[in-house]
Amino acid sequence: MESNVAPSTTTKMNFKNSRSHLSDKIVPIILFLCAALSVLTTIGIVVTLLSETINFFKSVPFMDFLFGTKWSPLIEPKAFGILPLLSGTLLVTVIACIVAIPIGLASAIYLSEYAPKRVRKIVKPILEVLAGVPTIVYGYFALTFVTPLLKSIFPSMGVFNALSAGIVVGIMIIPMVSSLSEDAMSAVPKSLRHGAYALGATRFEVALKIVVPAAFSGIVSSAVLAFSRAIGETMIVAVAAGATPNLTLNPLESIQTMTAYIVQVSLGDTPHGSVEYGTIFAVGMTLFVITFLLNILAQYVARRFREEY
Amino acid sequence: MSMFEDANRKQISNRRKKDLYLHLLFIAATSIGIIALMALLINIVLDGIGRLNLDLFTNYPSRVAERAGMKSAIVGSIYMVLIMAPISFVLGVGAAIYLEEYAKKNAITRFIQLNISTLAGVPSIVYGILGLTIFVRGLSLDRSLLSGALTMTLLVLPVIIVSAQEAIRAVPRARRDASFALGATKWQTVYGSVLPSSISGILTGVILALSRAIGETAPLVMIGALTFVAFLPSSIMDQFTVMPIQIFNWISRPQVSFHDLAASGIIVMMVMLVLMNISAVILRNKYSKQI
Repeated sequence: MESNVAPSTTTKMNFKNSRSHLSDKIVPIILFLCAALSVLTTIGIVVTLLSETINFFKSVPFMDFLFGTKWSPLIEPKAFGILPLLSGTLLVTVIACIVAIPIGLASAIYLSEYAPKRVRKIVKPILEVLAGVPTIVYGYFALTFVTPLLKSIFPSMGVFNALSAGIVVGIMIIPMVSSLSEDAMSAVPKSLRHGAYALGATRFEVALKIVVPAAFSGIVSSAVLAFSRAIGETMIVAVAAGATPNLTLNPLESIQTMTAYIVQVSLGDTPHGSVEYGTIFAVGMTLFVITFLLNILAQYVARRFREEY
Repeated sequence: MSMFEDANRKQISNRRKKDLYLHLLFIAATSIGIIALMALLINIVLDGIGRLNLDLFTNYPSRVAERAGMKSAIVGSIYMVLIMAPISFVLGVGAAIYLEEYAKKNAITRFIQLNISTLAGVPSIVYGILGLTIFVRGLSLDRSLLSGALTMTLLVLPVIIVSAQEAIRAVPRARRDASFALGATKWQTVYGSVLPSSISGILTGVILALSRAIGETAPLVMIGALTFVAFLPSSIMDQFTVMPIQIFNWISRPQVSFHDLAASGIIVMMVMLVLMNISAVILRNKYSKQI
């Protein structure tokens, strides 16, 4: 037995040249470090935001930040209540979702249930182009096209307003809702549809009573992701929504979102280490936590409520 | 009997009508997205075509809209992408190879994978805050081209990793087996067989990610890319500006002449993005033929 094993290991050794042997030891480590960089990035984000945010809360009470109704960190008298920024963000995001979710969902149903293959092949890439347009371009569109258009309907509206920004953010996230929902709908087995058609259902009945319920978890998760994307959107709101932190639910008024505030501060020359400088970290932390929780929620919904066939 | 038949027929025709109406409604909803895209493009071309001349490419920014150009911004964007491309390619593909070829299916791998998909959902401005703290201040790279490129690399890495993983996963098992059967080691197999088979798919993903970086504004605003740069960066430690920042600056001014200038800038940027996307599509088509 022993004499059999020994020669076979030596011949094995002979096949391996020393260079490849070394590369097979070092390469996995280098590759692992590349993959680990993503974890480091996350840690970097959390540590960066957290350390400066903790500093910030040494000079501003946490409760004042969370429940204060006035935000004016750059102008005396200073106030650090984030509610106006939150309400501004929420206003834009809700308008965006009112635009994007029905249109995106209807597009998804059309593409997956009604459209002939030829139409689908043309329309899908066009919608994807919408997702590839840089956000600054949408900002220009909001300011120079949508706002004047809306102004002819609501003459009292200002140049900067939540409505125009919200509508354009909505247009931007339509492809996100439509393509993710369509993926979920295409994953519903053909046999379910055929069963319904065999019972005499119309296409609409198949879509509404078979496909949408079966793909519901995917649809909800796409809506949550789109919501989160709208919250984090920066340039459209920085260009078109204004820079006035305003605790209002009136979409015709100028507001400021969390992201637009961060841009405003970084455009000015706020001294490093001051409380004003700390605000971008506190606001950034709030933004990060909200979008992070929404993304986790989207993943949870997609997994937990998936109908398996 | 005929009464039942009539009622039945009526019910069927009602349901058919409903189906037709909703069909039309769904078409209308789908066309809203397309109409919006058309309106956006037409609006920009109409506004910007007038200022789209050679001055735009050869002049530096100016306080006078008629004389202003975006030479420094175009060059800055190109430099930034040239710095980003090798770094993000090596890091992204390295991570993808690790996850697809080397990683054991354990908790750590699952954690890294979950982490990558979470990072893809982090708002871009948060990356700007990270870059500002780590690169600009922490490593004292200041508001340099390098700081900007590194920040943008972190931003696009999750996208590159995921697309490279898909490309690597599409390589048939048989190719690896064939390589192993010839006595190749793991790394020889990856380097000599898996990578060549998936390289066009990987490059497609990298180009698309880089084209996203060209249009991204918010993180670079945070890094402090300048809005008024009347010189070309001569080293990676120089200050810089990029096209979207220059466009943002022009949009922020109240004068209409600067808005039109912004529209011309947008046309230049969009043409660049379209060219990159076309090259990605060509690569993808080549790729789908190959395997």
